Amino acid sequence: MSVLDSKVPGGPIEKKWSAHKNNIRLVNPANKRNIDVIVVGTGLAGGSAAASMAELGYNVKAFCFQDSPRRAHSIAAQGGINAAKNYQGDGDSIYRLFYDTVKGGDYRAREANVYRLAEVSVNIIDQCVAQGVPFARDYGGLLDNRSFGGAQVSRTFYAKGQTGQQLLLGAYSAMSRQIGKGKIKMYNRHEMLELVLVDGKARGIIARNLVSGKLERFSGHAVVIASGGYGNVFFLSTNAMGSNATAAWRIHKKGAYFANPCFTQIHPTCIPVSGDHQSKLTLMSESLRNDGRIWVPKNMEDVEAIRKGTKKPVDIPAEDRDYYLERRYPAFGNLVPRDVASRAAKERCDAGYGVNATGEAVFLDFASAIERYGNEQATMAGMANASREKILEMGREVVKAKYGNLFQMYYKITDDDPYFTPMKIYPAVHYTMGGIWVDYNLMTTVPGCYAIGEANFSDHGANRLGASALMQGLADGYFVLPYTIADYLADDIRTGAISTETAEFDEAEKAVKDRITSLMSIGGSKSVDHFHKRLGKVMWDKVGMARNEQGLKEAITEIKAIREEFYKDLRIPGAMEEFNPELDKANRVADFLELGELMAMDALTRSESCGGHFREESQTEEGEAKRNDKEFTYVSAWEYTGNVSEPKLHKESLEFENIKLVERNYK
Amino acid sequence: MKLTLKIWRQKGPNDKGQMATYPIDGIDGDMSFLEMLDVLNEQLIHKGEEPVAFDHDCREGICGMCSLFINGEAHGPDRGVTTCQLHMRKFDDGDTIYIEPWRAKAFPVIKDLVVDRTAFDRVMAAGGFVSVNTSGNTQDANAIPIAKADADKAFEAATCIGCGACVATCKNSSAMLFVSAKVSQLALLPQGQVEARDRVLNMVKKMDEEGFGNCTNTGACEVECPKEISLDNIARMNREFMKAALCHED
Repeated sequence: MSVLDSKVPGGPIEKKWSAHKNNIRLVNPANKRNIDVIVVGTGLAGGSAAASMAELGYNVKAFCFQDSPRRAHSIAAQGGINAAKNYQGDGDSIYRLFYDTVKGGDYRAREANVYRLAEVSVNIIDQCVAQGVPFARDYGGLLDNRSFGGAQVSRTFYAKGQTGQQLLLGAYSAMSRQIGKGKIKMYNRHEMLELVLVDGKARGIIARNLVSGKLERFSGHAVVIASGGYGNVFFLSTNAMGSNATAAWRIHKKGAYFANPCFTQIHPTCIPVSGDHQSKLTLMSESLRNDGRIWVPKNMEDVEAIRKGTKKPVDIPAEDRDYYLERRYPAFGNLVPRDVASRAAKERCDAGYGVNATGEAVFLDFASAIERYGNEQATMAGMANASREKILEMGREVVKAKYGNLFQMYYKITDDDPYFTPMKIYPAVHYTMGGIWVDYNLMTTVPGCYAIGEANFSDHGANRLGASALMQGLADGYFVLPYTIADYLADDIRTGAISTETAEFDEAEKAVKDRITSLMSIGGSKSVDHFHKRLGKVMWDKVGMARNEQGLKEAITEIKAIREEFYKDLRIPGAMEEFNPELDKANRVADFLELGELMAMDALTRSESCGGHFREESQTEEGEAKRNDKEFTYVSAWEYTGNVSEPKLHKESLEFENIKLVERNYK
Repeated sequence: MKLTLKIWRQKGPNDKGQMATYPIDGIDGDMSFLEMLDVLNEQLIHKGEEPVAFDHDCREGICGMCSLFINGEAHGPDRGVTTCQLHMRKFDDGDTIYIEPWRAKAFPVIKDLVVDRTAFDRVMAAGGFVSVNTSGNTQDANAIPIAKADADKAFEAATCIGCGACVATCKNSSAMLFVSAKVSQLALLPQGQVEARDRVLNMVKKMDEEGFGNCTNTGACEVECPKEISLDNIARMNREFMKAALCHED
């Protein structure tokens, strides 16, 4: 596999990144002014990369499909961002963050990348504070931390339940400063629909202006894809409505390998589906598991009584509750990693203990935390005889200060007040660990084309730990790509501006135009959402939390059939050259219909269970995921061959020199 | 439930636009307002008509993309929520609901209920930042302790989602709540002090150039703000502005 050179530098793991930075080439400031870089997506990865590269002197062209770069879906991340600062003095270190992340990913990530991530995590916090990001602080004025799943230290920095918002607004501010200086040219309401290759190198994109509907050409010396994950293949997910895989899929079809597409994360704590009208799912942050306890009733009579509404959850005494995570995983309890918590919820609900009408919900209960905090407050205030009501009231205030916005969101959506009754939650699609294959420099298999943030596959293996997505997005954008890209661009200091009036751009634009014209001219009878929902159902049922050979084979057949029907019976109202949200969706769903098939194929090839990928055929007697290191310690990287149903599998084998592969154990 | 929708339809920036009436049935109280519009659009597409264009993305109240002036109120009748978090249980069977775009000179209509809010981006580019480059060698994050009360106030100001409800609500189409939230956030933190004067002067200047109106302290913006950004921020910005204008050496 000569093409899959990970380019991981030699030397001891803790020296690799600094040595690499010292050895790669630089571009001097005068030359940077002659180099254009295209960045697609303005979330934490794209926004921070665009700002940092513009500060360094490159001319950046940034693209987002939303009406402002500030709206990218990183904004919705709630709980926090990890960093190995060890401010709590609880024994954290770069090595521990590295170790937890590799273990959390079930040993399917590249060691060197993860170590670098842990290493630069400390810089991220410093950088964000310098930008004026208002992280939570304690009464001494220092930064506060909390715990997240899969870790036994408190290393998560946060800003209430709005950490992603605050970090993204920090990156957006940094971008705004460069936009004001003219170093970033911002293209809002633009969607990238094609990558342009010149002599085999990424040299530009074709984007559709979503307001005028017109196709536009943009050139650059490098193209950076920071367009996020592909969770919306499932239709229902915690992703934004517009989140899509089109940019990633377009570069895949131009030669970028797609890695580990079956590694998707199902988040354990989301608000359950309420009906067929549902358009998206809402996450309740993992940070809630610091204080919330997850349970279902022990007895079936209680389950039925709750469903009927004859009993309330608070009526069920502690001894009749099954705190199944605490029971099964005493060492980590409610803070087991996401994949483990999700499967445990599914196990209870499959066994019939689900607590809502659909049987797909468990309780996340704050009563003990409210009481604990209330007692703490009473002690601090010297109120020895405080009434129980007073104690609970004070406890609720503490919980409100920590999670107020999440509780309000839950209340608005469900009409249930979680200060007084437990939340109902169920797992939902949240994140995709898989993505575009990149080397240590974050370059894809297409020269000059990079992928950063959730769009790439690099750091989370088969399961991402909570509060690590924000860390990776900002690490890639602020501290990795701006340096590694210079090594490539050093060859372009004499290239000069790249013309968009060339045969390559003509051809790429024509390809997009033909594609859209054929979609518009189908003139069928069904809307885009109709097909998207059907695809989502197949994906959730057969390529979701548990997968097996038969189901995956069926999924592949069914996805193909839906795709065929899509191209026969789709109806898009309006015209191409106008503001047309239905056409925007059609372009995205057309790509999901191909990517979904690849996800199922990848899941079929990987007959082991690891992280978020659970193959029913491969489990222990206790129902835990069973890895097969002998056969599957590799990254699957799929090459597009001209036929979406016949991709070619390449394998990057993973070497573990610093961490011993053992069974992942949270007991 | 059964509802009558009166929706603003406008083909493009140069079209005059008008209200159109759509009856709709089978709406469930658990649906969000935007899911109700999804149902309408699905029906329109089925009938071969143009669906209603509206902005939306995260649908969890944080991206600031959704807008809509519902029965004369930005983000509708509920408090502390965006339109995507407004649920149909707030309405009654048989209600007539008026749905309009944000109306402000600085926010021209693009199509139907979609408006152009890039004026906000331009105000941000005029000064809504701390001038610090990405370097990897900024001082340690805990080097400057910040009083919790100040950090909390800065955070509250920083929760603004830039949706524009304040502008749409204000009888003068003033953007003071939006601008003051960013000015306040950075003025309250030591990191933002160095450029505090230039920041407030530049952002206010840009705000005026973009065609937003003046603030007359009515306070409607605070009431309708989905993130409940406080009017105190406007007072703080006025103070910052006075301070800067008096001391500015030009």
